[in-house]
Amino acid sequence: MSEVVIQVTNLQKHYGSVQAVRGVSFEVGEGEVFGLLGPNGAGKTSTVEILEGLRHADGGTVKVCGLDPERDSNRLKQQIGAVLQQTSLPDKIRVEEAIRLFAGFYDRRADTDALLDRFQLGEKRRAFYHQLSGGQKQRLALAMALVNDPRVLFLDEPTAGLDPQVRREIYAIIEELRQEKKTILITTHYIEEAERLCDRVAIVDHGQVIAHGTPKELKNRSEGTTRIEVRLGQPEADGTLRNLDAVADIHQFDGTYVLHSTSVPSTIVALVKHLEAEGNELQGLEIATPSLEDVFIELTGRRLRE
Amino acid sequence: MSATMALTGVRMRLALRNRAFVFFSVVMPIGFLFGFFLVFGRGGPDAITYLLGLVLALSVMGSFWGLSIQLVSFREQGVLRRFRLTPIGPGPLLASSIFSNYMLTLPTILVEVVAARWLFGMKNWGNIWSVIVLLTIGSAAFSALGLIVASVTNSMQETQVINNLLWSVFFFLSGATIPLPVFPEWIQHIAFYLPATYLVAGLERALVLHANLVAVSADLLALTASVVVAFEVSRRLFRWEPEQKVSPRAKAWVIVAVIPFLLLGAWESRTNRGVTEMQQIFHTIAPHGLSFTSPGK
Repeated sequence: MSEVVIQVTNLQKHYGSVQAVRGVSFEVGEGEVFGLLGPNGAGKTSTVEILEGLRHADGGTVKVCGLDPERDSNRLKQQIGAVLQQTSLPDKIRVEEAIRLFAGFYDRRADTDALLDRFQLGEKRRAFYHQLSGGQKQRLALAMALVNDPRVLFLDEPTAGLDPQVRREIYAIIEELRQEKKTILITTHYIEEAERLCDRVAIVDHGQVIAHGTPKELKNRSEGTTRIEVRLGQPEADGTLRNLDAVADIHQFDGTYVLHSTSVPSTIVALVKHLEAEGNELQGLEIATPSLEDVFIELTGRRLRE
Repeated sequence: MSATMALTGVRMRLALRNRAFVFFSVVMPIGFLFGFFLVFGRGGPDAITYLLGLVLALSVMGSFWGLSIQLVSFREQGVLRRFRLTPIGPGPLLASSIFSNYMLTLPTILVEVVAARWLFGMKNWGNIWSVIVLLTIGSAAFSALGLIVASVTNSMQETQVINNLLWSVFFFLSGATIPLPVFPEWIQHIAFYLPATYLVAGLERALVLHANLVAVSADLLALTASVVVAFEVSRRLFRWEPEQKVSPRAKAWVIVAVIPFLLLGAWESRTNRGVTEMQQIFHTIAPHGLSFTSPGK
């Protein structure tokens, strides 16, 4: 790995009796896009906010650009940019006022007009913040994270709650930043986001990293199996579907059965015969190549829900 | 410093785009002016000078109101959280509150002075330098007080309750609406434990008695102490997020903020200086047409 820019070792964070982060460790190299993938409440935001210097760590060590986010807070903040899970600005601030104001807080300043143009906010520069759409607000949040031309970017759920069209726009922007070799730490609960944008991913659940590697490495863990999702008219007794041909593994979520099969044709033929014999109805069938979602299901027995 | 100035500029613009701010900081003080002058100021130019002191004091005192609400709403909405990601600390944010507030009070003050002079025929300008310095430091003192209110309250409702409470005390007990000499003497002494009373007393002396900076130095001292202590306390109590708790040690600082006023109040009570002077001024002006009646002292 190139020079390590973010280093997290055995990080701990609790809120009262709730242990939000339990011994998280990972490293991110210069120019790398690293994803923390996990469901809501997994401890991703707590981890990122400790790295940004917004929260106090209860244990472990963290270093960003060689600095301690709590002790060297001001020096570190000069070098990082961040998009919070929810960015709020005063309703009556104009787009150009906001970006210029924030640029003024840093020693190194990017060209704010160029940033607004790059994020397609040039025409909106005189608009008030409350007049912007969700996507425009998020683009402004990204632009504001770049006003100091940061070495490291923290993006906490940058596309959560945005419609697919806007989400794709944000992906394109992040891909551009990736080409510019910015070091980026991104948290997400969208599988496709992690697969598409990240060089490496850590899967986080209940405050712990349960797997990490490149998306490809992680997917290779379930190599040889294909996911078949089945919705049935009536529920099946435990274990009956597991006994079908070529089924390696099975999980059930709210009436949907997720089968991991080593041979799709064998499993499907067996499934159809079985249902016919039982008089059960096949309401839906979906076949998907292995994804990070499968890795997550294998590891936790749960689904990564939006 | 440049961050503070940039923040000051933006916050002034935000305030001017806010209708509630314009009402409470511009329309209401000017309303007070006409109310006071028309009802109590029929007696002539000296009465107008006296009343101008009260109106100016009210305009400056009101500043803590909008300021605390703006800061609390910024914290509630998560705006401060976004500022927290940047290298500026609480200092520039708090200082810009004081500066923007002062700059925004100036036009109101100007309108009030112009109206007193040209609409109501005020002749006596008093000691203009003392007036300017008192208004400047007074504005900073009440802004800093607003910052403390913003730091110790968690929601808009709480802020409103505390603001109402403070405002009523300042409004009725500082001599800004009801001249202090009208009250029983023990209340007059209590009034001198309030920072607001020093502003009113100082402005009255500067306007009516032409008191120079040396003569109003005790009032200036009280107000300056209030700026320094209140600013430092608000810096220590500052919270970026509603979830952050104020530590008990930080809360103790609020008590520290009160100490200068306890000392000053005790000193005033012993020397009787402020109470006597306010009575003197009032009795010089009252026979010329103020509609209040004094308890015959």
